Amino acid sequence: MHELSIALSIVDIAEKEVAKIKGESVSDIELEIGKLAGIEKEALEFAWPEAIKNSVLSEANRVIRWVEAEAICNECQKTYPINDLYDICPHCGSYFKGINKGKELKIKSLTIC
Amino acid sequence: MCATCGCDQPEDHVKILLAGEKSEKSHHHEHHHSHDGHHHHDHTVVELEKDVLQKNNLLAERNRGFLLAKNITAFNLVSSPGSGKTTLLVQTLKKLIPQFNVTVIEGDQQTMNDADKIAETSAKVVQVNTGKGCHLDAHMVLHAIEKLQPQNDSLLFIENVGNLVCPSLFDLGEKERVVIFSVTEGDDKPIKYPTIFESATACVIHKTDLLPYVDFDIEKAKDYALRVNPKLKFFEISSTKETGFDDWLSYLKNNLTVPTMT
Repeated sequence: MHELSIALSIVDIAEKEVAKIKGESVSDIELEIGKLAGIEKEALEFAWPEAIKNSVLSEANRVIRWVEAEAICNECQKTYPINDLYDICPHCGSYFKGINKGKELKIKSLTIC
Repeated sequence: MCATCGCDQPEDHVKILLAGEKSEKSHHHEHHHSHDGHHHHDHTVVELEKDVLQKNNLLAERNRGFLLAKNITAFNLVSSPGSGKTTLLVQTLKKLIPQFNVTVIEGDQQTMNDADKIAETSAKVVQVNTGKGCHLDAHMVLHAIEKLQPQNDSLLFIENVGNLVCPSLFDLGEKERVVIFSVTEGDDKPIKYPTIFESATACVIHKTDLLPYVDFDIEKAKDYALRVNPKLKFFEISSTKETGFDDWLSYLKNNLTVPTMT
């Protein structure tokens, strides 16, 4: 359940941003999470209410933008969509790849009141 | 605020103790949230684009820089509970200690048991009890290193909390990340838990003495692991029968390098 520490890190960052502009709370938070970031949607949703309790995020509307994963083949240099880290290149069958997209774990934006 | 690293102390439930040291009641850090003189903003949208793990990653790089400067090579050992990490480490330490200066950070949710086992090898060891935490993070390791005071030109082993999922996201500042799985766990572990295998640099297939008794295809296991991470190096080891240690020890020693000017 590393999702709890992830949620607590999000709270920590939000608290600092709110304090920076002397705001009171966050009304909206937008997260960007890659499908290969190692975050389980259900686990994050389970940890979220506990993490945000008595914080600036306690009333915040949370939006998660899930990013589809994309790899680049190290053999044939073609890009292809992947669902799992062990997917092979559909063009040449190689396992050697770099991950272009899908490992994001970011706070995109906060709306502070 | 912690004066050393400029960040908050580890949470109160995290304990960092040398082997044999008694746990003291941790002092409480109060956080004052000043609300005086605040201005009212109706809506301020902050386009943050900030990595959630940034704090951990910065501290990990700080650890890495410290270790590099002192020529300390750090290995982060990750596995599920019961893979035999501690037994492997004890055997490894016995073989390394005559020649090398070795220190150990032990991560477990509770107890000093593993630190006590390591201390018997004469290696200096710090136990981090994470409480409810399911992984070590760079911040805990920073304070553990502070306590450990490792010498220059040495090896540091960090035995992570037994968990094949959570530690994969948390860089500790190590040079090498070794994933260990035992033949009793099933040969498809690398594709069941691909994230940790993808982030590792080496893989120990452990308890190989039990191969005749279990349905485990070692070539299949390697193939699965290579699909996730084609660069993985493999070591097949039995700690109880002390087989497979030659390649493993060479790998550990080869990672201990004196930096040269280029």
